[in-house]
Amino acid sequence: MVKLHNVMIKGTKDGLLLHLDDRCSFSELLNELEDKLLPHQQVNDDSHVLNVRIHTGNRFLSKNQEKKIKEIVGHKKNLQIESIDSNVILKKDAERIKRESEIQVITKIVRSGQILNITGDVLLIGDINPGGKVMASGNIFILGSLKGIAHAGCLGNEEAVICASKMSPTQLRIADCFTRAPDREEDKPQEAECAYVNDAQQIIIDKLIVLKKIRPNLNRFVEGGL
Amino acid sequence: MGEAIVITSGKGGVGKTTTSANIGTSLALQGKKVCLMDTDIGLRNLDVVMGLENRIIYDLVDVANGRCKLHQALVKDKRFDEKLYLLPAAQSSDKTAVTPSQMKKIVDELKQEFDYIIIDCPAGIEQGFQNAVAGADQAIVVTTPEISAVRDADRIIGLLEKEPMDPPRLVINRIRTNMVKRGDMMDVDEVTNILAIELIGIVADDEEVIKASNIGEPIAMNPNSKASIAYRNIARRILGESVPLQHLDDASKGMLTKLKKFFGARV
Repeated sequence: MVKLHNVMIKGTKDGLLLHLDDRCSFSELLNELEDKLLPHQQVNDDSHVLNVRIHTGNRFLSKNQEKKIKEIVGHKKNLQIESIDSNVILKKDAERIKRESEIQVITKIVRSGQILNITGDVLLIGDINPGGKVMASGNIFILGSLKGIAHAGCLGNEEAVICASKMSPTQLRIADCFTRAPDREEDKPQEAECAYVNDAQQIIIDKLIVLKKIRPNLNRFVEGGL
Repeated sequence: MGEAIVITSGKGGVGKTTTSANIGTSLALQGKKVCLMDTDIGLRNLDVVMGLENRIIYDLVDVANGRCKLHQALVKDKRFDEKLYLLPAAQSSDKTAVTPSQMKKIVDELKQEFDYIIIDCPAGIEQGFQNAVAGADQAIVVTTPEISAVRDADRIIGLLEKEPMDPPRLVINRIRTNMVKRGDMMDVDEVTNILAIELIGIVADDEEVIKASNIGEPIAMNPNSKASIAYRNIARRILGESVPLQHLDDASKGMLTKLKKFFGARV
């Protein structure tokens, strides 16, 4: 049986959707893509720019292959690639995504001069001593005293929060914002607190209970029930 | 087979050498065979504190480089018949004159012959520190109740935790009771809260300690001083006895206060 279409083009209200078949060879796919897009050039020459979403099914595209497809589509002036999607990703990427969405539990005292660097969220059971530092691309939760430096969302996530049973940090950083301890030690309440970035790009330290309102997304683990 | 204990602190001037000398002396007084080892090459002090400076013929660097046999470099302390020896550091080289593997070899050799090897570590976290911890099985961290000393002790504990040895134990040195009472000095609890390691001893600030080291007689030899008892207690805890911590505040009270207390009056 000869398959007729390796490339299917669908028009949607947002633009074009290209379905690329995942069974044929890549060169076949490229040829057909080129053939199919060619006539469009004449028709749509002066019209407005169309967004193109490409779906590659179960085919994994290497960077190089992705570049080739972008070249072909990019030749048409009025087409602009919005996204290239696939059902499959590299194991390496999958592991990274998994790590980023997991909470890593670590039991240790982060002492002066030590830096704990975590991808994703971290639950530290222990203290961060003055001079110690914890960095995480996600949120930081500390069951213990935070006396050193905590940097949440260190890759730029301003939504990240820092929670600690005892919050008396030398410095707090969230994404690019930072705050430091007041010069005079006030009497701190002996209760758990959280820190987040408000709309004015300032780090606010508040009671834990406000988190539910401010960062509802933290509840991602709860499914159904609660 | 003996045990090697490194005495370290990170910060300088908190009393590593004094602590080493006194723990070594106390262990010898308990009948153990002890070798004190000074690894502060270039700035040696332990020999002076022990009053053995004038008997040094060879030193640690000579042993490491094979210029002499190990036992030739050991200085015997005649006050403790055959119980206490000192392996002095060199004064003319620097810390890079020996390597951690050479140190480990020397310590291993000493362990064959001695019950305890007390290693006096130089200040800092560089090669001198690496050398000192290389052969050690245990570590004792010395700190004073000052923020800067505690910060450095914390750093050192972090480094020691990476070494293949037992978790380090803590000595808090030079506690001034009256300052602690006024709230001007950190108290024992504050220090242990931050460092979170086992406390093996507290030593009160005592002028006698300075007097004793100036004449080359470790305070532990004088049984009447408070600091001496503190050091002897540390030695007993090293030996596995459980000795309660000394009360720091009753030394200055006069007879009258004691009497009042005895009769139940409010003091």
